[in-house]
Amino acid sequence: MPNPDQGGAAALSAAPTRREIHEARLRRRSGAIAAGSTLLVIGAIVLFVPMAPGWEAVRRSFFNAEVFRKTFPGLLEAFLVDVAIFLWCAPAIALLGLVIALCRDVRAPALFPLRLFGALYTDVFRGLPVVLVVYLIGFGVPGLGLPRPWNSPYIWGSLALILVYAAYVAEVIRSGIDSIHVSQRSAAASLGLSEADTMRYVVLPQAIRNVAPANMNLFIALQKDVALLSFIGPVEIFRQAGVYKSLLANFTPYVGAALIFLAITIPATRYADYLLHRQRRRQS
Amino acid sequence: MNKTFSATACLLLMTAPAALAGAHGDCAAGKTLEDGVLTVATGNPAYYPWVLNDAPESGEGFEAAVAYAIAAEMGFEGDAVRWVRTSFDEAIQPGAKNFDFNLQQYSITPEREQMVDFSLPYYTSAMAVLTTQAVIDAGAQPTVESLKGLVWGADANTTAVPMLAEIVQPERDPLLYGDNADVTAAMQAGQIDAALFDLPTALYLSAVVVEGGAILGQFPANRSENPDQFGLLMEEGNPLRDCVDAAITALTESGRLAEIEAEWLQQATGVPVIE
Repeated sequence: MPNPDQGGAAALSAAPTRREIHEARLRRRSGAIAAGSTLLVIGAIVLFVPMAPGWEAVRRSFFNAEVFRKTFPGLLEAFLVDVAIFLWCAPAIALLGLVIALCRDVRAPALFPLRLFGALYTDVFRGLPVVLVVYLIGFGVPGLGLPRPWNSPYIWGSLALILVYAAYVAEVIRSGIDSIHVSQRSAAASLGLSEADTMRYVVLPQAIRNVAPANMNLFIALQKDVALLSFIGPVEIFRQAGVYKSLLANFTPYVGAALIFLAITIPATRYADYLLHRQRRRQS
Repeated sequence: MNKTFSATACLLLMTAPAALAGAHGDCAAGKTLEDGVLTVATGNPAYYPWVLNDAPESGEGFEAAVAYAIAAEMGFEGDAVRWVRTSFDEAIQPGAKNFDFNLQQYSITPEREQMVDFSLPYYTSAMAVLTTQAVIDAGAQPTVESLKGLVWGADANTTAVPMLAEIVQPERDPLLYGDNADVTAAMQAGQIDAALFDLPTALYLSAVVVEGGAILGQFPANRSENPDQFGLLMEEGNPLRDCVDAAITALTESGRLAEIEAEWLQQATGVPVIE
């Protein structure tokens, strides 16, 4: 609020108004309360958890420094397998997801079977647990008698992930397409653009940008679900941690694996949140 | 005179085992989870030939029979034995256990011994290479040299994993699975050539589960490197351990353990030893 007594913008910025002082005090006060209550909770955890009678055993079994040192390098190495699987799955998922989304959006009556296929596909693969699809495709398809190397669990396990995640991505992209008002299509048609060109140059560029944060969340989930491939053979980080767990009768390797996952997923989640926030600001 | 003598002898014979059992029973008194009951854990499911028909209560199968023999040595009659099921992870998790001892082919290793307690071994296992006839026809031999070139699989929760890495040293990284069923599924799908199991399990899988299954060879039980000895798993510091060990020692010395082994585990004389 400009204060008529002080006049001029320079004076305004030099002397805070009463309201600003009041707001600054409020902010300081809530900051102090937040810090205090956080400290109190952390202090209580640090103080009381070790007083639990089983703490010593839990510490030895889950937070064992010696086991951690011994197994962490092996876990990091195994995590590279996860990253590799993620890297070759992600582009395939994006592509297939887009194709399925477009299938669901075709309007020509003759192409109705495509629409039906798109709907069935998303219904089936979103309705199945990922691990089940990994098992069925990872063991089932190679069981048909494919020769090596075409029966590799890496190929069929990856395909399972691609099929499932493409269904989710397709739904997200479809919601993006639906979010573009139909008047834009009409406008494009009135300019003489064909249906395909309208989709390609008018609808999709906006739709995909609108749903980028939602897709980002899906890819974070994918990075975690890569671990499900361990069920059909690949020794990635989750399986490697399981081997260490079994040999050492100790769960610390799982904690190590969790830390490695978090080191990747927390920054990625924060980035997705940032994108979402920016987008909301742009739209409002 | 003669009659009295034989009657006395009979009486003596009858009371001797009872007295023995009584002596052993004392060592377990107050140390079990529930007084007068011995709680034994096995896998879920428990596999042939360790437990028959997934029904340890019947006492059929090697480990079921061993459990009842040990229980009897400790003074627990048949109906004083109660069975529970645990996974491997439940057996090693910290905190109170729901069993007095757990037997499901746990190999005794010094690393595991730091976290849990093991009894004396009740069985020493040969390790065998499970494969299919097709792989043997393609030229696989029971030599370490030939084994290196195969694509290997194993159950990730077993000591077969380090053994593969140390003795066979395969050229390609082995594929690892969560349980026996997955290993055999991968073998059936042609994704792996061979898998390492303890011999009794391998014999069962090759005969019943894997279509066209075969045993290529074995690393004998008395090998000096990585001997695979099965022990009963107990919570660390379980006061029952001495009592269990005494029972196992008695069973070993009396030859009863060997009898049980002969009764339930097939002799694998025909399986070639891997050079």
